[in-house]
Parts: sequence; structure tokens; C-alpha cells
Amino acid sequence: MISDRTPPARNRPLSPHLGIYRWQIGNSLSILHRLTGVALAFGLLALSYWLISIAGGEQSYRAAERAFASPAGMVVLVGWTFAFLYHLLNGMRHLFWDIGLGFERRQRHASGWLAVLGALVLTACVWALLWHGGRL
Amino acid sequence: MSLRSPLGQVLGTGSAKDGTAHWWAQRLSAVALIPLTLWFLFSLLLLPELDYVTVRTWLAVPMSGFLAMLLVVVLTYHAYLGTNVVVEDYVHAHAAKLFLLLSLRFVYVLCGGAGIFAIMRIAFGS
Repeated sequence: MISDRTPPARNRPLSPHLGIYRWQIGNSLSILHRLTGVALAFGLLALSYWLISIAGGEQSYRAAERAFASPAGMVVLVGWTFAFLYHLLNGMRHLFWDIGLGFERRQRHASGWLAVLGALVLTACVWALLWHGGRL
Repeated sequence: MSLRSPLGQVLGTGSAKDGTAHWWAQRLSAVALIPLTLWFLFSLLLLPELDYVTVRTWLAVPMSGFLAMLLVVVLTYHAYLGTNVVVEDYVHAHAAKLFLLLSLRFVYVLCGGAGIFAIMRIAFGS
């Protein structure tokens, strides 16, 4: 607390040092993990709104449905689907690292690409299923 | 002889104040969210329609309401832990950081509380 009030003698760089990294798959995916996490946190608002609209009755559910089915709503929903699936797959990558697995360079790169491509493919699958079922 | 200050000795914490608790909470909530979020996604995909009657009937089943409540609680907690780290890492101005960290708590409690209350209304039919 005290250090926050007294100005530092020198302006030392603060972590994380975003400016000094060469862009590569490792740090790109790490940043994407944070971005998707923040996007999904905003998704909580939509989830609560959706639940409230169900509790409110048919009228309010229809209004929510219209909002989600609008062009902007669909773009955001597809974005959240990808964000969720990527955050899920890449989060599992992190959990494997936490128990000491998958640290080799080849494993890291393979699992990284698997997370990105897997999320893209699964997003397409989810929306194909919704589209095919005529539930949109 | 200890080199730590008397205040530091009394508080008994290191410079980070809370050590590994945050790290563990984030990982445990992440593990819990794997089955919970997949249950939610698959449930929605397996419903024949996404109209009002179908969705409400599904959520009114006790097990759906229970799992949906757990989902909202753990999701809110995990998001709270995650966005806290993001704010701490990228917002350097002291006042702005404090304001964001505190207002995020209010938003999460409001948003999560509203979601849980909605599920309870559906479950108990009011």
C-alpha cells in the first residue's frame, strides 16, 4: 500500500512485459486464452438475462429470443461458442501442464494447434447442429 | 533473529499476501466447470426445440435446475478469479485498479444472484 503512494525512484517496467515478446504460437494462445476468458465473463450477463427471461414468462422469453436471433446477437453467440470451446480446450492444456504433462516443445505446439483448430471445428459442429435441427 | 518487520511477523503473510489459494481456487473451479459447461451445452443441443415451453419444462426438472444453479455459481466464481488477475496485470493506476476490482465484485454478485433467483423461480414455479 505504501509503495503505491510514494512515486518510484525509476520507472521500472511492470510485468507482464507484453512489448518484448516475439509473436509465436505459445504467447499468442496464452493471450487468446485471456481474451476469450474476458469475453466469456461478459457472456455471464447474457446467461443471467436468458435465465431471467425464462422465469419472467413467455413474453419476456420471446423478447430475449428476438435479441439473440438478431444479426448482431447471432455474431456474438457464435463468438461466445468459439470463445467457450477454445477456453475449454486450452484450459485443459493448462491443467495438464499443472500436473507436469505435455511440456515438450512438440507436445506444446501440437496441443496448441489442437486447441485452436478443435475449437473452430467444434464451433462449426454446434452451429451446424442448431441449424440442421431448425432450432434457430 | 528474524529480519522480518514486527508487523510482517504479526500478519504472518509474505509479500503476495495470500500465496497459493487463488491459484488453487482457479484450477478447482476450472475442473468443476468442464462437466458443468458440457452438460449445459449438450442439454441445449439435445432439446428438440428451443422455444419457451420446451426450455422452461427442461429447466423445471429438479436435476436441471440444480445443475444450472451450480453452473451459475461456479462460472461466476471462476470469472471473478480470472478477471481479477487481468485487472491486476494490466491496470496500473492505483485508483482505477481498486475501483475496477471492487465494482467487478458488485457486478458478479448481482449477475450471479439474479441468475440463481431466476432458476429458483422456475424450479418453484412463481
